[in-house]
Amino acid sequence: MLSPTEPIMVAEPGTKPFSSILFMHPPAAPVRPGQDSFLADLQLNQIIQNVTAGREPYDLTPLFLSPLTSVEEIAYRHQVISDLEDGALRAMIDSWARSLQNMRSHLAQAAALRYLYQREAVFVVAAECYCAAVEALRRELDDADPASPGLLALRDHLRRYADSDAFHTLGTDARGVLTGLSELRYCLRIRGSRVTVSRYSGQADHAAQVQETFQRFQQHALGGYEDKGRTIIEMDHVEAMVLDRVAKLFPDVFAALDRFFQDHQAFADEVMLRFDREIQFYLAYLDHTAPLADAGLHFCLPTVSASKDLRVEDTFDLALAHVLAAKHRPVVCNDFSLRAPERIFVVSGPNQGGKTTFARTVGQLHYLASLGLPVPGTRAELFLPDKIFTHFERGENTADLRGKLMDDLVRIHAVLHQATPESLVILNEIFTSTTLADAIDLGGKILGTLTDMGPVCVCVTFVDELASLNRATVSMVSTVDEKDPVKRTFKVIRKPADGLAYAMVLARKYRLTHDQLKERIIP
Amino acid sequence: MKAFLMYDGKDLGRGAESSTTSRALARDLDLERLFTAMAGGDPYLHDAVEGVLLTPLATVGDIIYRQQNLIDALEKPDAVRALYALAEETVAAEKKIYHSIFFNYPDAILRRSIQSLELLIGMMRRLRTIAEDNKDKFSSPGFTRFFTMISDEINEDYFQLATSHLDLLRLRHGVLISAGLGYANKGEQYTLRRPNEPDGNWMRRMYKRQDESYSFEIHPRDEAGARALAELHNHGIALAAHALDQADAHIVSFFTLLRAELAFYIGCLNLRHALETNGAPICFPKPEPMNQHELGARNLQDLSLVLAGTAGVVGNDMDAAGRNLIMVTGANEGGKSTFLRSLGTAQLMMQCGMFVCADYFTSSISNGIHTHYKREEDAELQSGKLDEELARMSAIADNLTPHSLVLFNESFAATNEREGSAIAGNIISALLEANMRVVFVTHFFDLAHGFYAQHLPDALFLQAQREATGRRTHRIIEGEPATTSYGGDLYHQIFRQPFGAITDTPAGPALTGPLAGTG
Repeated sequence: MLSPTEPIMVAEPGTKPFSSILFMHPPAAPVRPGQDSFLADLQLNQIIQNVTAGREPYDLTPLFLSPLTSVEEIAYRHQVISDLEDGALRAMIDSWARSLQNMRSHLAQAAALRYLYQREAVFVVAAECYCAAVEALRRELDDADPASPGLLALRDHLRRYADSDAFHTLGTDARGVLTGLSELRYCLRIRGSRVTVSRYSGQADHAAQVQETFQRFQQHALGGYEDKGRTIIEMDHVEAMVLDRVAKLFPDVFAALDRFFQDHQAFADEVMLRFDREIQFYLAYLDHTAPLADAGLHFCLPTVSASKDLRVEDTFDLALAHVLAAKHRPVVCNDFSLRAPERIFVVSGPNQGGKTTFARTVGQLHYLASLGLPVPGTRAELFLPDKIFTHFERGENTADLRGKLMDDLVRIHAVLHQATPESLVILNEIFTSTTLADAIDLGGKILGTLTDMGPVCVCVTFVDELASLNRATVSMVSTVDEKDPVKRTFKVIRKPADGLAYAMVLARKYRLTHDQLKERIIP
Repeated sequence: MKAFLMYDGKDLGRGAESSTTSRALARDLDLERLFTAMAGGDPYLHDAVEGVLLTPLATVGDIIYRQQNLIDALEKPDAVRALYALAEETVAAEKKIYHSIFFNYPDAILRRSIQSLELLIGMMRRLRTIAEDNKDKFSSPGFTRFFTMISDEINEDYFQLATSHLDLLRLRHGVLISAGLGYANKGEQYTLRRPNEPDGNWMRRMYKRQDESYSFEIHPRDEAGARALAELHNHGIALAAHALDQADAHIVSFFTLLRAELAFYIGCLNLRHALETNGAPICFPKPEPMNQHELGARNLQDLSLVLAGTAGVVGNDMDAAGRNLIMVTGANEGGKSTFLRSLGTAQLMMQCGMFVCADYFTSSISNGIHTHYKREEDAELQSGKLDEELARMSAIADNLTPHSLVLFNESFAATNEREGSAIAGNIISALLEANMRVVFVTHFFDLAHGFYAQHLPDALFLQAQREATGRRTHRIIEGEPATTSYGGDLYHQIFRQPFGAITDTPAGPALTGPLAGTG
């Protein structure tokens, strides 16, 4: 069982070699991601898919499926995120990432080429790309002022690595080879089926001369010459034959090329490659939330502790917000708080009023917090659950009410069996398939059990009576617009449950309240 | 080498984009009739003069420059028409060559380019002949400069140089290309090279190290190799063809722009012919600097009516020097709209460097000419007419700058007189305060008299003349706004007079539709 209360160890930056930007103490075994049902119920799967979209090569999903288990590890990530909010620092890491992507695509290109001289040349480009990226990041991090232990340790590592002889040789060799290749000039004479390759020796640019002669007529700039049809990187065998002659004309340049290819096969540093992947965990999430923040929504680094007193302001469902923002529709924010002995939110009110969204939001918030990430809201005090349990309606077999009630009970029983006082339990629309009396009775029993056990709980229900069951329950109600009851505000607020309020507003709209109806009846 | 026949030291440019405002102007001033007369049936000319008319000039200097060129053109029409015909023929001939050959074969492209350039060199010879013949006959700065430039720049030496390039680019001795190595060691920066001339000194030639080179030959049965080699070879040919194409494009662009600039003068020649046929007056107007509030005319006639062949078009005299508001009131069908249109058209033509349809015309340059006319005929604007009018006014306001000229014709009449007058009054005052000139035609007594009562020194009040008998002269005269608009007269004219009497009225806009707008 995971516990948030293990002793906090503060590592001095630089006291131990840097290995991961995600973990202060990297797990010994690679994380084995769980695939629990709550991920689907809380639409966390959707969120993870949205967040990682476009970054598939980094294989980030397993990282998002591995919640942290200590407050200390969460703090390690929070500090990195605080650093990344600095635009300059962010820009240098983006630039690093682009360079490494380029490096990888060059390596893939090199592997696909047939002629050795081509393969070697692209390989050198990849190596040079890598060296430039390392040097740039080192230079920029030196000038930057990161505060997080993670980035500070990275900087130390980068300094040692970039100053090493091996790295220095790699860069010098790569650049020497590329310069040699790019500087050489040769001439081709084609006459009939005969091709002659020689060094270039100052022959005049004929097209330029023609151009100069007729320039005087020019009225406006013309489009440049587009070199069409020569963009295929792979050579044909005539080009390869030409290249072989060029290699004979410039033997030193091509000898250096061969040597580089043989000497530097696995040139990239393992630690830097790991950093390249892991930093994307943060960037993916920050990039996902940035447009929402631009649209006026707020994210904050939550205070995560063992205390089950909660307090969150202006929060929202991240999955829903992503959908709404894409349609330029407004996102409604909600607040919630729990103070001991309160433990259980009982959410009631009109349908389609935001009850389920509210329940999901509470779950999402705690999960995202356990990943060490910022959460929706202007402020958030959350706890670190050991496990999250959800019970959402399954669409199947509504006709067989008895079977469904049974299924509900079986599933809830399983939840109660596994939950601990440190868990988060979210029950959405339980016992819809039974009579009201049954629902009151069963619901009361289950909430009573949960009260005794002590986990934080969200219970969405149509049963008003559950909202004022005991001292642990807090009544939350989804609300409607007073003037136009058909309009949902999607606000879920703390107030006593009153199932009739909505009906009264609706009645007034149709002039069917008691007094109105009486007036209308009077002849 | 720039023609600069439309602007001193500036190309004609693309012409203003058609906009809501410019379309409204063209419609309200009935410019289509002007374009048609200038085009003389040539759609190219139509587009060209339309572009010029929608791009008025903004300084006295620019207008005078164009007026001088136009005077030259009007005096030597044959030379200008010959020049235009040459430009037209060149552009058309080149286009024909261009479209006659498949693009995909570099050999064919090269042949086409050579053929095209040969043709253009021939055209250049003819251009030079015209320039030589005429450079002493013209006196305007524009045409003089143009002809001198042609005879200086395109001389015999030049023709020789052009022809020698043409010969070399036929590539009879194979192709020489230089290259460097790019990404993945692919050849790049292919550049067509002219082989070095052999060194004249045999001693040096003897001792010079033989250039190291490696050759190979594609085996006759290596078909893929032959294709690959052809591709490489074609690359060289494409470079040559491209060099020629560029030359070609430069020359054609010169003739194209020449044609566009001459189009205006041809259009003016056509227009003069049309006006002379109709016996209308022609004069070159006197442009005055912006912000002088200069405006005056003698026998100013409406070009639109003249071009429509209307007999006995009435000309108006006017002295509006120092006035920034001209308010025209009076009888319906009394010539108010015609007068407004003649004024707007003359202003526009003046600012395009053209002659105008009057014995005398002078005006300060306006920063822009805008029209706001009542659009009662628009069937689609059933609802919210005032709304529409205000929206249109708002669109005009988006484009207004100080020293603009704004012409209103029965604007804001979609509502009652009191409201309409108040709206119009506010707008007029705001425009005047922003240094605009306003000409407002209205039958709203409330509006016109409201301004009259203010005794504004800069306001001029005109009205459609009406004789004691109720007969309209279609003449606009100075006078205090009168209380009624004489709509009743028209009613009488149409319903009470014996049949046949209506056709005896003087020429004026045809009576249209119901008697809308009667005050």
